[in-house]
Amino acid sequence: MSAGSLSGLGSVASTQALRERARAIVGRGETMLDGAGFGSQAERALQQAWRDEPGLLGFLKTTDHKRIGRRFVCTAFVFFVAAGILAAVMRMQLAFPDNHIVGPDLYNQLFTMHGTTMMFIFAVPIMQGMAVYLVPLLVGTRNTAFPRMTACAYWLFLFGALSLWTGFALNAGADAGWFAYVPLAGPQYGVGKREDIWNNLINLSEAMGLMVAVDLLTVILKMRAPGMSLRRMPIFVWASLVTSLMIIFAMPSVMLAANLAQFDRTFGTHFFNPAEGGDVLIWQHLFWFFGHPEVYFIFLPGLAFVSSIIPTFARRPMFGHDAVVLSLIATGFLSFGLWVHHMFATNLPEVGKGFFTAMSLTIAIPTAVQIFCWIATLWTGRINLRTPLLFVLGFFFILVLGGLTGIMVGSVPFDLQVHDSYFVVAHLHYVLLGGAVFPLFGAFFYWFPKFTGRMLDEHLGRWQFWLFFVGFNVAFFPMHLLGLAGMPRRIYTYGAETGWGTLNLVATIGAAVIALSVLLFIVNVVHAWFKGPRADDNPWNASSLEWATPSPPPAFNFVALPVVASREPLWTREEDEPTHVSGLSAQTREGLVTTVLDAVPDVRYSYPDPSIWPFIAAITVVVWLFWSNMTETGMFYGLIPPAIAFVAWYWPTRKETVEQLLLERKP
Amino acid sequence: MTVAPGRRARRRRESTPASIPAVRRGDALDVAGLPSYGFGTRSLMWWGTAGMSTIETMGFVLMIVVYFDLKSRSLVWPNEGHAPDLFWGTVNLALALLSVVPNIFADQAAKDHDVRKVRLWMIAFVVFGLALLGVRYLEFEHLNVRWDASAYGSAVWVLFGLHTFNLITNYLDSVVVAAVMFKEPIDGKRLVDVAENSGYWWFIVLSWIPIYAVIYWGPRF
Repeated sequence: MSAGSLSGLGSVASTQALRERARAIVGRGETMLDGAGFGSQAERALQQAWRDEPGLLGFLKTTDHKRIGRRFVCTAFVFFVAAGILAAVMRMQLAFPDNHIVGPDLYNQLFTMHGTTMMFIFAVPIMQGMAVYLVPLLVGTRNTAFPRMTACAYWLFLFGALSLWTGFALNAGADAGWFAYVPLAGPQYGVGKREDIWNNLINLSEAMGLMVAVDLLTVILKMRAPGMSLRRMPIFVWASLVTSLMIIFAMPSVMLAANLAQFDRTFGTHFFNPAEGGDVLIWQHLFWFFGHPEVYFIFLPGLAFVSSIIPTFARRPMFGHDAVVLSLIATGFLSFGLWVHHMFATNLPEVGKGFFTAMSLTIAIPTAVQIFCWIATLWTGRINLRTPLLFVLGFFFILVLGGLTGIMVGSVPFDLQVHDSYFVVAHLHYVLLGGAVFPLFGAFFYWFPKFTGRMLDEHLGRWQFWLFFVGFNVAFFPMHLLGLAGMPRRIYTYGAETGWGTLNLVATIGAAVIALSVLLFIVNVVHAWFKGPRADDNPWNASSLEWATPSPPPAFNFVALPVVASREPLWTREEDEPTHVSGLSAQTREGLVTTVLDAVPDVRYSYPDPSIWPFIAAITVVVWLFWSNMTETGMFYGLIPPAIAFVAWYWPTRKETVEQLLLERKP
Repeated sequence: MTVAPGRRARRRRESTPASIPAVRRGDALDVAGLPSYGFGTRSLMWWGTAGMSTIETMGFVLMIVVYFDLKSRSLVWPNEGHAPDLFWGTVNLALALLSVVPNIFADQAAKDHDVRKVRLWMIAFVVFGLALLGVRYLEFEHLNVRWDASAYGSAVWVLFGLHTFNLITNYLDSVVVAAVMFKEPIDGKRLVDVAENSGYWWFIVLSWIPIYAVIYWGPRF
């Protein structure tokens, strides 16, 4: 390799002298290349190159997708428990008629905080966090495409979540429902800082979602292991791809809506003020144009967990792999044609109602296709009934029920009868807990060995499952009946003469059982983390690449990047095919870019080093948002610190440049 | 003999080793000879930029939807104030279209690994951008409505502000990318950054055409 481009280092004439100077700057000799196994010198070099510095600074600077993914999952789970506690308070309040544990104002904050937290701080982030952890392993690469952006996304999410809950602690919790309809959330009725904080959370959590989506999209399309053509890509990765695309097209809508609402509040614009030509209904359109796809980008990862778990525990490849993939794609498209079914109670043209009813019913088809493929896989496989599969079977039952009520509320006449009643509360919990949380718990049990190197306890897992399954149905099934009996959602109490008391008490008992089951899970995790039996690389004898590396994986994921020759690389071994990649730098953070369709090795890629700037940038963005709520000028002056932080983030150091030059080859 | 630093860098860069495709060695696929950077869709940054542009396009499209929704609900449009003066907006449209010229040249120079030309065109581009921003300020002066006057004023200001925010962001990005081209030594990834920056500029220019049409001609029909 010539050192021509090192010329910027000085006017030394000899190439050799330039290289010596360059090596002195980066502090090493000839670059060692990877390709050897564990225990080799290359492995030790990789350990060194991918190591995070210890201590707090290393914690804040890390760009390791596994650490960040774990943080996403843990943070989101903490907020899941917190929002669950709010739900428990609401259930206690509603257990008896004329109860006064909480008053109406606090109750408004409770259900708003519960819904907002579950949707924006738990469901979407935990699904994206799982993908941040798993996708690079599943496609056989060493990190996400833009590791610093992954890190920044996490910090934005964390600060957004903390600010919402800090507001709640200071009696400034959002109180206009999780979809924050105007004018209730507008300047006239939404007084105080409550909805400002909600709007900030939307900005921060959606910025996080969009950043992670772009990041995952790039990893999936450009960083797959050589040989992993699109046809060989695991279903989980397909689902992440579809989800990321959906996020990119849907999330800008709610961000725009939240900003327009905030402009109405801060700058006195009139977007939602009919007196000055504004339109309140456009809020609902913008919100649900995001909100309905959101249900599906919570739900598709759930389906993806199911499609990962079933083949492993049926011990056979997925029946109808292509049909499942096409169904995921179809669901992604159809989910953009459903949003108006949340607005059937508004003034809509009749033809619109017909269209959205038809679309709402159509989307059941691709889901049904997947369910049949799963059943066929289980039917023809040799079943290994472990806890992950148990949660999947529970998912079948509950999702089908939720899907059926979905078809019911998808038709206008029925919807008008139960709109804003407990029937809808029951439906959405069946869909979201059934479609996402059940598979998620299954996924925790399935991948916990990979995340931690320890096995969760099977016995406790079964107890948790049965408590959760029974508790869930006891809590939420009566709500269907309450809704049909006319109980509206979001009321803080009801009179004894309504006759809703018994069913509400039953629902509260169910909620207590759910709480117990979640507590069991926490006990299981804490116990397993410290004392659980050690997991080997592939404890379930699964087929995909994340199981081809130790549990937990080393910082560099794979000591040599894998080469893939089939859909189930760990189950089938093609003769005459290379097994791994060699020739990437073991002394720097280097990865491989492949082509979109066929994953042919194309370009080597130097990952950026860990950096403190993503963390600082996230802080400056949060400060800007709150500053812009306080004063009009904050909107503009507040942009200066983020601008500085982002430039510093990008600014290449001399060492980085020289490092790059030593590895450089022209395209 | 004294040689301009740019020219020297350019000549030396041409001696960077060429790449060779991945080759099979035993059980391994050796990728040591692959290029360490690539332009266009070979670059990860291209995909990142495409993703971000798509997100912003959605933002623009939805804001235009809001604009026409509000317009459809109003008997007179503008329902307060007057339509913006055409002059400066049209000047800016012309300037934006012209700005693709230095942009194309900077892009091509980067792909040719011609550091001297990259520097030249990036400077030209930065000067051009300054003119655009200046005219943008004059456009604000001639919008003829306040954001808090009516829904019309709000829609115009936010649509205009969204594009301006992108314009300023990409302008700062260009300044930084240009500045880094003067910080020796220069590696190939920075040339890719120049090309990506040009790609993003296309988005700024092309998105201005429909937004210009909505802001300046929306109230006139």
